[in-house]
Parts: sequence; C-alpha cells; structure tokens
Amino acid sequence: MTSEEYVGSVDYKTERADSDVLSYKVSVRNLNSWFGAKQALKDINFDVKENTITSLIGPSGCGKTTLIRCLNRMNEMTASASVKGSVFVDDTDIYDGAVDPVLIKRRIGMVFQKPNPFPTMSIHGNVAAGLKLNGVRDRKLIDEIVVDSLKSAALWDEVKDELDKPGLSLSGGQQQRLCIARALAMQPEVLLMDEPTSALDPIASSKIEELINDLKRDLTIIIVTHNMQQAARVSDYTAFMYLGEMIEYGPTKQIFENPQKDLTERYISGKFG
Amino acid sequence: MNRVFTGATIACIVLAMIPLGSILLEVVKNGISAISFEFLTRPQGSIVTGGGGIGPAIQGTILTVAYASLIGVPVGVLAGIYLSEYAGNSRFAYGVRFFNNVMTGMPSIVIGIVGFITLVATIGYFNITAGAVALSIIMIPIVVGVTEETLKLVPNSVREAGHSLGIPKWKVTMFITLNSAKNGVLTGIVLALSRIAGETAPLIMTILGTSLYFQGLLDPVDALPLRIWRLASQPYDHAHSFGWGAALILIIMVLSLSILLRLLVLEKRFKLGIPEMLKIRRMWK
Repeated sequence: MTSEEYVGSVDYKTERADSDVLSYKVSVRNLNSWFGAKQALKDINFDVKENTITSLIGPSGCGKTTLIRCLNRMNEMTASASVKGSVFVDDTDIYDGAVDPVLIKRRIGMVFQKPNPFPTMSIHGNVAAGLKLNGVRDRKLIDEIVVDSLKSAALWDEVKDELDKPGLSLSGGQQQRLCIARALAMQPEVLLMDEPTSALDPIASSKIEELINDLKRDLTIIIVTHNMQQAARVSDYTAFMYLGEMIEYGPTKQIFENPQKDLTERYISGKFG
Repeated sequence: MNRVFTGATIACIVLAMIPLGSILLEVVKNGISAISFEFLTRPQGSIVTGGGGIGPAIQGTILTVAYASLIGVPVGVLAGIYLSEYAGNSRFAYGVRFFNNVMTGMPSIVIGIVGFITLVATIGYFNITAGAVALSIIMIPIVVGVTEETLKLVPNSVREAGHSLGIPKWKVTMFITLNSAKNGVLTGIVLALSRIAGETAPLIMTILGTSLYFQGLLDPVDALPLRIWRLASQPYDHAHSFGWGAALILIIMVLSLSILLRLLVLEKRFKLGIPEMLKIRRMWK
C-alpha cells in the first residue's frame, strides 16, 4: 500500500475521524520481517503518538530489536533480512518505493545498544559528522548545532573544554550521550533507541533515562529495553512482544498494573523471560 | 616445560635477528665511506677510474616508486574496499580473493616479462612507464589484501552509526569506515612500497637502467637496485664501494619511509617541530 492509497483508505479515515486530538507520528501496518526463511516479525500493527515515549519489551529473541530496526529501514541492510508492510512517519510510508532509504534515516535517528562513536573522530567531529557528510559546509552553523546537540544530550558541561579530544576517550556513559548528541545533530523527528543503557552502569543509565525524559519535548521516542523497570519508569506506552508478535500494547500503567493478556501478566510478573 | 618453551621462542627470535642485524651492520660498515654530497647527486663517472655518484639511481627509484603507487594505491585500496564492503560472499568475490592471493606470490621476473611484452616491445624502447606498471602489479595485490583485512576489522556498529545518520553508503565507506581503518591501510601501503622499492628483476625487463637523469615518461631511468646489481658485477673496488653505498641509501630510504608513516599514522604526539611534517600530519587527519 502506498501512502496515497493509505490516506484514501477506510482505515486511515476512520482513524483520523476518531483521532482529531491524537495525531500519530509513527504508524506501523502489517509489518512482517524474515531472516532467510525464519520469520522474525509477524504482522505488527501499532501507532505512536507524537512527543511520547514508547517502550518495546519482551524476552530475548522476541523481535523487539528487529522491529525497531525496521522503523528506520536499518534492518534490511542486514544480509538475508527482508521486510514487508508499511511504516508511516506522519503520512509518508517509509517503505514506499519512491522513498530513499538513506534520506529517511535523516528524519529518524537511532542510538545503538553499545556506544559506537566514530573511532578516529574527536568529540566535535563525531557530532558534526552527520552534518558534514550530508553536505553542510557552513562552519558557524555546524558549531552551533554541535553545541546545541551536546547540551540537549546533557554532555556539554562535561566536554566543553575538550571538544578536540577523541570521542573514544570518554567514559561509556558519556560515549552513549555523545552518540545521542550525534543523532540529535541531524534534528530528527523520531529517535529510536535500541537498549541504550544495556552496556552502562546504573548511574550512567539513570542519566540517560533522565535525558530521554527531557528529549520527549521535541521528539517522539521509541525505545527497546530488556529492563522492565526502565520501561515502567521512562515510557508513556509499552508494547509487549513475544516470538515475533505484538501481544499487547497500551499505556504503560495499564500494561504493568492491569495487563489484558495472560502472557503479558506472566512476563511482567517474572514467570518467564 | 614453560621455561623450555619460552627459551625456544627467544632462541628463534635471536636466530631471526642475526641475519637482519649482520646485514645492516655489514652494509653500514662498507657503505658509509662511499657517501658524500657528490655521491648522492652526481651521475656515474667513468667505469674504470670511478668517481661521480648515484644521483640518477636515487631519482629514478623515487620517481618509479611514486609513479607505481600513483597507479597501485588507488586501484588497490578501491579493490580492497570492494571486496570488504560490497562483494559479500559472492562467487565472484571468492574468485577475486583467490587470484589476488596467487598474484601476491607471483615471481616478479614474470611480471617484468609482462611489462616488457606489453609496454616495452610495443613502444620500442625501455621506459619508466613500463617499470611503474610492472611494480604496480606487484603492489596491487598486497594493498588489496591489507585493505580488505583491515576494513573487516572495523566493527559493523561503526558503519551502522554512519548509515543511521542518513549518510550515503559511499561516504560512510570512504569517510567513516576507511577512516577508521586508515592506520592499517597505510601500513599496508608502506609495506608494499618497501617491497617494490627493492625489486630488481622487473626493472631489468622494463626501465633497463641508465647513467642519465629522468628524460621523460617513455625513456629509461635508473634505479637503486639496478645500480647495485651493476656495480656489484664490476671487477673494481671503487665500484663495489659505490654498490655498498647505494645499498645503504636504499635501506635508509625504505626505513625512513616506514618511520615517517608510522609517525604520521600512529597518533602519537611526536613534537617534531618541522612545519612540513605537521602539514602532512594535518592532511592525514
């Protein structure tokens, strides 16, 4: 289905009709993904509101990382991976044939499981890389955005005097905030975070959590986490996934306090996973 | 048992260092007396009475190696990038890798003959272009192999970070992945340069050697290995002394190339105080 077809479809109209207040930033429709012959995602459908934080939780191998990597078309870069279905960001289906998978990533930022600063670049260079390599030449503008991004990523105070130091000279938690700053420099509308604190200690993790909460003002955030407490702390909505299916999706409070499905209840209460 | 093993490894290291050390010692001992300003700058004098220098050979080696790397470095690096970043595990890539390995072990005289047939016999006389092409054929497989191997060591997460910023693949490859691997790639290039700077066989078949300075891209030039070989085969003591001197110069050139690049590459903050040096450093950054 192309975006035009979707906009003309009954689904869209009914959705729009009963959602004059709710505007969806990201809508996933009938999303399926395979690695070779093995199906990793089975017919995923969900909507994410603008300026909210949505957690994807579930046991290892449930497909939550695959799902988040489908939301910026990163997944298909893995050899043997294939994707079918639609992901709408505003009204654009990012899987539409006319959409450039490179360009769409500028609107949808991503932060990875392990901090991955560019190893040969300075702190400044890391944050500026996305702009420079996308053709921005105005040095003043780049410097401004670098400062703004580092401030937004709550890293500025710690690095303002050593912007020329290698990005790898920072601690793990600082590196992860550097990666967040690098993503923010592209001024994305949606930020995808794939277990951003799993490689960090509790103090660094809580800093990132605070940061995520602050970023909500300007961004729509979707975060994968294996840590249920984290999901409960940071997110407005939570989706529980199991064996490639989205079992339950709703407001975080409801998922954790009053889950509708037995499977969700058992996972939340730690009976498996 | 631990001690025996440690002892054995140390003994082998000593054994490996003996030839290297004694060659260096012998070359310095015999060559140092030949070196003078005249020796470094003048063309060869009379064969019988001696005199003059090895100026054209030094110039020829620098030019031929530079010319060869002008061809070999871009081709080698880009082919290595192809194998690591684009080819995957296709049958074609497998074939290229296999033949690249075969090429690494190809006897250099065979490559000299290829140069002779394609670029000497057709043009009509020995020339530097044929020599540079022959040397680049020796260089390319080394650079391809090292580039591919070092690029594969760059973690995939670094590439993904680049892609996630909406940077086109070619830019991710050139400015992020290759940049992350630049130390290894440059080391490989220096290795290849050192190898071709000392090659003799392909040069006999292509540039021939001359006692004149560089004349043009389609004329013969001299080279240090050729000059050493010529001088060593003459029955005069002054020629032998010149030969040792030329060998010392060649070793110094190759060694200083390695040291220079190591200084530039291995991000150690050597304060050299030489503005040119810093300028080159900035270029690599």
